[in-house]
Amino acid sequence: MIRIENVTKQYKGTSRPALNNVSLEIEKGDFVFLVGASGSGKSSLMRLMLREDIPTSGSVHVMGENLVAIPSRRIPFFRRKLGVVFQDFRLLPTKTVAQNVAFSLEVIGKSQGFILEAVPDVLAMVGLEGKADRLPGELSGGEQQRVALARAIVNKPAVLLADEPTGNLDPATSEGIMALLERINLAGTTVVMATHDRGIVDRLQKRVVEMRDGEIFRDQRSAGYIKTQTDSHPVKSWNLAIDQSWSLGGDE
Amino acid sequence: MRFGFVIGEIGHGLRRNVSMVISVILVTFISLTFVGTASLLQLQIGQMKNYWYDRAQVAVYLCTEVSPADVCPQGEASTDLQAAIEDKLKSPVLQPYIKEYFFENHKQAYDKFQEQFAGNSVAKYVTPNQLNETFWVSLKDPSKSQIITESFSGVAGVEEVRDQRSYLDQIFNILNAASIAAVGIAALMLVSAALLISTTIRLSAFSRRREIGIMRLVGASNFYIQLPFILEGVVAATIGSALAAGAVLSVVQFFVQGYLATKLPFTSFVTLGDGLLVAPALIAAGILLSAVASGFAIRRYLRI
Repeated sequence: MIRIENVTKQYKGTSRPALNNVSLEIEKGDFVFLVGASGSGKSSLMRLMLREDIPTSGSVHVMGENLVAIPSRRIPFFRRKLGVVFQDFRLLPTKTVAQNVAFSLEVIGKSQGFILEAVPDVLAMVGLEGKADRLPGELSGGEQQRVALARAIVNKPAVLLADEPTGNLDPATSEGIMALLERINLAGTTVVMATHDRGIVDRLQKRVVEMRDGEIFRDQRSAGYIKTQTDSHPVKSWNLAIDQSWSLGGDE
Repeated sequence: MRFGFVIGEIGHGLRRNVSMVISVILVTFISLTFVGTASLLQLQIGQMKNYWYDRAQVAVYLCTEVSPADVCPQGEASTDLQAAIEDKLKSPVLQPYIKEYFFENHKQAYDKFQEQFAGNSVAKYVTPNQLNETFWVSLKDPSKSQIITESFSGVAGVEEVRDQRSYLDQIFNILNAASIAAVGIAALMLVSAALLISTTIRLSAFSRRREIGIMRLVGASNFYIQLPFILEGVVAATIGSALAAGAVLSVVQFFVQGYLATKLPFTSFVTLGDGLLVAPALIAAGILLSAVASGFAIRRYLRI
């Protein structure tokens, strides 16, 4: 689904690369936590997966698209297959909840009929029935993030990228958002979530990719926020698995 | 493509930047009015050239008793000299170039002078003998006046050979200079119109940066994101150029045809038909200008 090979990203005017020879493979249906300190390269990696940026060297494949070579006119069509949510929700303050979700469908040319059907459905799914006509300013942070999630998944993306979606929320509200992300993942969407929230990572016990200084420090299945002793060579074993899937010509 | 949505976006944009939009409209209006006036002036010059060049004659002025002695040492051209000049006009060398010629004697020249300067005090003092007798020569090809000039300059009894086109050329030079000045002003105004359009779009893109960011994230196509901005510029410039077209047409209808043509009945002026040729060209120029300026601005400020 997502395959990153030997990616190095060096921003202009910096001596140390933001990403240093990073390789990572994420399968369809995976739920991956991307953890690490600020500046460890999480955001750079997310930006590459979104094709907000291209690597200095190496290759990035997402959903069968080679994001290094994709022509710019195809980028919008690539992004339609991808959902994104952010820490700061990024809602339009002058549009209601329903209009915010509908806007994302209008601008990709969906018909009014489709929008009228899809928007209430997705609002119900994220638990916002009855709030369709509220403005974002009238909602709590958790509810605003639900609107953003609704907008991200209304077009049924194969991959959902979440950049610290609970960063602005209290723990109880975060739980609600995580439950929603798990449901989205169970429905078949690959979820990649960058986070600092130790409690969430420890409780969910999903695959954890930990970044340090632009490199993957740890890649461990069913793990917590801190490296555990039970698995002595997690990175190595995972890389072996990747090598195998490549040689078999596995799904990207 | 949902047109309702695009039109709604344009409406938002136009309302948000209303003062910038008005300035775009005014600047395109004025600049294209200059362009239109200049092109009408060029049409007018072309028309006058056609009309007058065909009628322009070469005048062979004969010596009078008051002619300067260095060109006319013998004083008044005698009838023998007159006959010699006329023979030369009839000669087989010149005959193929000449359509017709006629002789104007002192009396006719005096009558014409009196008519032209009626009421002017100079008419009282001039006498028939002071006015040149003249051979007026019409050429088959008016641009070959050089032949007559060369044949008769310095001939005994000829004071001066003058092509009327040299007077016309002065008038045309003035009109040409005026239209070049108009084009120059128009070019400056068009540059400022283009810059205004791109500034307007930059402001508009800035005030809509949230929407644009979201549109990019959810995968709206570049065309879909950019179209409202381009159309915003195009709408403003179209209004401006339509006003310019209207102004040019009313100048033709009310000033040229309504005023000049009645004051100067023997001159042919540009008609409303000419104006109707220029008007659509102005609108097209306005649309093209704004589309190019918008495209440029978008490339700079709306990177996808």
